[in-house]
Amino acid sequence: MAAAASMMPIFGHQISSKNDLVPDWSREEVSTGTTIMAVEYDGGVVIGADSRTTTGAYIANRVTDKLTRIHDRIYCCRSGSAADTQAIAEVVSYQLGFHSVELDEPPLVETAANLFRASCYRYREELMAGILVAGWDRRKGGQVYCVPIGGMLVRQPVAVGGSGSTYVYGFMDSNYKPGLNKDQCLELTASGKVVAGHAGSWSPQDLTLCVLQLCLWPWRGTAPAAASSGWPPSLRTAWSGGSFWETSCPGSPLTERAHFLCSCYMC
Amino acid sequence: MSSIGTGYDLSASTFSPDGRVFQVEYAMKAVENSSTAIGIRCKDGIVFGVEKLVLSKLYEEGSNKRIFNIDRHVGMAVAGLLADARSLAEVAREEASNFRSNYGHDIPLKHLSDRVAMYVHAYTLYSAVRPFGCSFILGSYDKDDGAQLYMVDPSGISYGYWGCAIGKAKQAAKTEIEKLQVRRLYSRQKQKLKLIYIVHDEVKDKAFELELSWVGDVTNGRHELVPKDVKEEAEKYAKVRLYETECSEFYNSCETAGPPASMLGVRSVLQVVCGKRCCRRSTWTCFLFQDSLEEEDDSDEDNM
Repeated sequence: MAAAASMMPIFGHQISSKNDLVPDWSREEVSTGTTIMAVEYDGGVVIGADSRTTTGAYIANRVTDKLTRIHDRIYCCRSGSAADTQAIAEVVSYQLGFHSVELDEPPLVETAANLFRASCYRYREELMAGILVAGWDRRKGGQVYCVPIGGMLVRQPVAVGGSGSTYVYGFMDSNYKPGLNKDQCLELTASGKVVAGHAGSWSPQDLTLCVLQLCLWPWRGTAPAAASSGWPPSLRTAWSGGSFWETSCPGSPLTERAHFLCSCYMC
Repeated sequence: MSSIGTGYDLSASTFSPDGRVFQVEYAMKAVENSSTAIGIRCKDGIVFGVEKLVLSKLYEEGSNKRIFNIDRHVGMAVAGLLADARSLAEVAREEASNFRSNYGHDIPLKHLSDRVAMYVHAYTLYSAVRPFGCSFILGSYDKDDGAQLYMVDPSGISYGYWGCAIGKAKQAAKTEIEKLQVRRLYSRQKQKLKLIYIVHDEVKDKAFELELSWVGDVTNGRHELVPKDVKEEAEKYAKVRLYETECSEFYNSCETAGPPASMLGVRSVLQVVCGKRCCRRSTWTCFLFQDSLEEEDDSDEDNM
């Protein structure tokens, strides 16, 4: 966030340097102090994001949806400046929609990732956007592409991003292995977010999770801070095999810890 | 076909009273004056064959290619005005390259052929420009979508095909292709190359160079000219089969019509059926018809 302050537009500086009466959050740019993750598995991807948007120290929105739909089976996880990432996502959505109609078939995730990269790289001086593009297509199945600040493009089986991702690297390194199935990926993502929340921002957060795959519609739900009793019945039925917490909780020490942490911090 | 559009054929921006744009039709006639090009879509790839008529013995072999590489996975075979075809190949290359630069992967062939067809069509709308006088066949192979073949003609339409032919002998070629049952073939099978030879042999008395290229599983999805050894082997096979077919046709016609009236009659018939190029192989053909050509002796072979 220190980097954000140094990149402030000029009018911001005029107010800040002269006026201590104005709180810092009225002149900071809106940013997502974020943890975003995406994991690919055979047949789809699981993506997750926290739900906090900040302007300086003030939480402007605590129920933000950082998982943005680009196309039916392609989503992006946004981190960095909220305005920049929203604008880029809108542009890419438009371009991809047009492209898909021209081709008369669902677009490839690689195409979406390249469109993000093109915008992020061309306007790299003006933008501050770190994006994970994830989705499913017929050719290569579930894919995750990382487009960090500066406009690089690289495909990875699992990716994390945002300022809170630093807290998750250790967790991901020790717990991720190739060949996980969907349940394991969900568990990994949820636990990772909790770890980030606990270590990074010391406050309860809602987790947004989303699963994209061939046969199920994009399933998304906000994992509540409380345990499975807080799980809405509609989502429980949408998720085959019972509620999210039920299917992934039993046994594993990892999810027990996650469960415990969640119940300590109430919204 | 040979109606004259007096007065309505001076520019591409004019319709005739019966709803035709004559300039576009004339452009298609220009294509029909050129030598044949064939494309066949097999299960695991595409094969192109172009008959290049050699107008002068002084031409360097392999110059004025009529098969172009558009992208590493796309090839294009043309018929018609070669200069027009070259500029369209350049247009196609730019489209493919821009697509790759914008979207990060190989252009799907349907999209490429739609884009180039749109470009060709644009030149049929105005009186300031003339339509392109060439048709071309685009082919590509991709692991996920398989083999694809599209043909674009001067009116700006593109169709997908299992097998298509453009140029002089396109009717004869299409007939042969239909006999082939192309959907079941594999690239390496020589029937295709034989077909090209059959059709090309329809043009008598002219020297020609055969340009062959393929793209498919055998080339790992890259469009390449068929290697020399494969081409020569296929040519040999094609020539043998070709003469066998023609001679067996002749033999059958002999059987039905009765024995030939005279040696002269036989000789002239053989000449017509097999073409002058058959001359040097006359001993072989004569061997087949031993019983009807008993009196034929070796001294006659050079005279035939």
